Amino acid sequence: MTAVAQALAGLKVLEFGGYAAGPHIGKVLANFGASTIHMESRERPDGFRIQYPPFKDNRHGYNRSGCFAFFNDSKYSVTVDLKKPAGVALARRMAQWCDLIVENMRAGVMERLGLGFPALAELNPRLVMLSTCNMGQTGPRADQPGFGSQLSALAGVCELTGVPDGPPMLLYGPYIDYIASLLGTSAALAGVIRSRRTGRGALIDLSQYECGLVFMGAALQDFFASGRVPTRCGNDDPLAVPHGAFPCRDQEWVALSCWSDADFAALAKAIGDETLAADARFAGAAARRANIEALEEVISAWTGQRSAEAAAVALQAAGVAAYPVVTMAGLYADPQLRARRQFRVRRHAEMGDHAYCYPGFDLAEAPGDIVGPAPCVGADNDFVFRDLIGLTQAEYDAYRQQGVFD
Amino acid sequence: MLLSDVLIIDATDRLGWLAGRVLADLGADVIKIETPGSDRSRADWRAFNVNKRILELDLQAPSDRARIEDLLRGADICLLTPSDSSAPLDPHALRSNYPRLVVVAIRPFGGVGPRSAWRASDIELMAAGGAMALAGEPDGIPVRVSEPQSYGWAGAQAAIGALVALSHRDVTGRGDLVDVSAQASVVTALSHAPAFVDLLGLEPTRAGAFMTGRSIKGARYRVFWPCRDGYINFIFYGGVSGRRTNEQLVRWMRECGAELGALAAIDWKVWDPTKADQSEVDAIEAPVAKFFARLSKREFLTEGHRREMLGYPVSTVADIAGDPQLEARGFFQAVAGVAERFCGSFAVIDGVRPPLRHAPGAPLAAVKSTQGEPAMAEPPRRAGSRP
Repeated sequence: MTAVAQALAGLKVLEFGGYAAGPHIGKVLANFGASTIHMESRERPDGFRIQYPPFKDNRHGYNRSGCFAFFNDSKYSVTVDLKKPAGVALARRMAQWCDLIVENMRAGVMERLGLGFPALAELNPRLVMLSTCNMGQTGPRADQPGFGSQLSALAGVCELTGVPDGPPMLLYGPYIDYIASLLGTSAALAGVIRSRRTGRGALIDLSQYECGLVFMGAALQDFFASGRVPTRCGNDDPLAVPHGAFPCRDQEWVALSCWSDADFAALAKAIGDETLAADARFAGAAARRANIEALEEVISAWTGQRSAEAAAVALQAAGVAAYPVVTMAGLYADPQLRARRQFRVRRHAEMGDHAYCYPGFDLAEAPGDIVGPAPCVGADNDFVFRDLIGLTQAEYDAYRQQGVFD
Repeated sequence: MLLSDVLIIDATDRLGWLAGRVLADLGADVIKIETPGSDRSRADWRAFNVNKRILELDLQAPSDRARIEDLLRGADICLLTPSDSSAPLDPHALRSNYPRLVVVAIRPFGGVGPRSAWRASDIELMAAGGAMALAGEPDGIPVRVSEPQSYGWAGAQAAIGALVALSHRDVTGRGDLVDVSAQASVVTALSHAPAFVDLLGLEPTRAGAFMTGRSIKGARYRVFWPCRDGYINFIFYGGVSGRRTNEQLVRWMRECGAELGALAAIDWKVWDPTKADQSEVDAIEAPVAKFFARLSKREFLTEGHRREMLGYPVSTVADIAGDPQLEARGFFQAVAGVAERFCGSFAVIDGVRPPLRHAPGAPLAAVKSTQGEPAMAEPPRRAGSRP
């Protein structure tokens, strides 16, 4: 580990599972000082290590996955084969050490392994365990497997993304997993806070589907109150007009919106056509909406002559909400994100220097950090089992001889 | 309740509403400050301010200033969305005046940096955080989700920040100032897309109804397939679960007498989606498109579950409202005195979903007055995405 974060120093977190929804929780906690142990096995490592690009230099390898690295920085990695009874025994010992377990196995798997919450809580009554899976631990489809990219469709996000006469659209990757991981991080912390205050542990059952619906809360509320079923509407908004993305030079785009006549007058001034604000076709939101094609043509003619950056700067100077549609490369160059150190380079043992993503918040007095790079698989077995868990050398050797670390 | 002894003052606007809702769902007592006469009829206001108690205060009036100061002395967390330095509750002043208080300031671009004063609503935040660059047709316009998402990303991260700082205060006795950037919060939604630039110099872009980034040969996989009453989301995955799904789909198609085409010759035990090129992907997708076109969304959901397949229908809010899985888990909840249902608490704690305690608009001074006639006589106004 290369940096220090202290707000959650002393918090001990153990992860079972892989991909995004579980490990992202442990990453955020580790960014603020928690000791997070990511448990895998060499036979079945985290799926992000092997299934998803990008791989460093396009060469596969357990320790070459940028996808795994992105959600596992600042952690320790251990290998424990839970198919072996001794592996389960070791996991139970680790459960006595930790404050929080995060697992995203399919519902019921932890119980079948002998690692269900009731069994572990007997060993460690203050233990908080967060179980996160697609559908939650109960219900008629509790056993249904799934990935977040598809769950975003079931949760209504895809239906509401795209243009009205086109197909639904995907947001990149397992979008909903990160909603669940963020809400789950809050639930886990709340469990830990109560556990520390009262000595009482907690079992948190987190359905990624239900978490996704939290972000659809207003649309669902509207349906419950009025029966209205919203459909995808491109970039339109019921109130703001204009409201959309406009083409700029070099295939760039700028997003902008006007929420009042004053906003529109400011936009008109910024684009050098103050007569627009007095034009009867655009007088008031209703008129602007009725003549939106003509209005968007005028705005596009202006944006098309400049870079997205120049357009956004000019509009913001006039008080109009605007921002370039930032590309993935643009994220690293964005002046605001750079000022916040959103991406921080750390040196990985096999991938060398590369960038990790920081959470969207920070603490002024106890700031977090990317404490270290993502771990190579099993890289921390010695340190974790000997120094953190406290196995004797004889115990450690005995586990090794039984193939637990394979 | 996990946070039953935590008192929160929530003085946020749309950008921060979810933070208080999340913490209320975890058991905190959340007092939402509203200016007299504020609009509380919108669907989004009701969705994200249910489970809070409302206190009307004019923070410019001396008597109300005294009231909020009294509340802040006993509070653990104060949630703010300060629009500028003249905001009535200044984050830095609160930190000075209330050393134990955790102050959470949620802003479009955070409190530091050259663009911290820039204006933004949902669409600019989705653009600034990179999400729009990845949504839409490849040659078409970048799009946002029609339902605002950036406020959710900001609120979710703000709730974490509040609890990180609260946890630290339990050790040190000191609060902290949590600076939340909605733009930076949206970056989380991009998954690992930024890593392609960093590691390989590749720029992920909009893929429309397809998924890119999984094949080292650049093949794109269809994600959305027209079906009888809408769309199905299905992707050819690899790995153990992908293999099972692919095998089950072919078996299902065979049982139905569907044409298999190139699917018939595939050995799913060795097929690897990261190594497939576009012609191979096109060949296996063609017969599946014909098969899915005959199915309804509910048929796919039911049969897919029975066969343990990966994939889901593309749901509307009406589909979601009638989902038996959510019904069985009691996700949608009623609140005493209100006709409509609400999304319930997002987590089940110790086997119980914490019940919603307060109807939207329940006043601080009359917590038990929510019994009686439904408070909603008219449907709420459509929300829009105003910050």
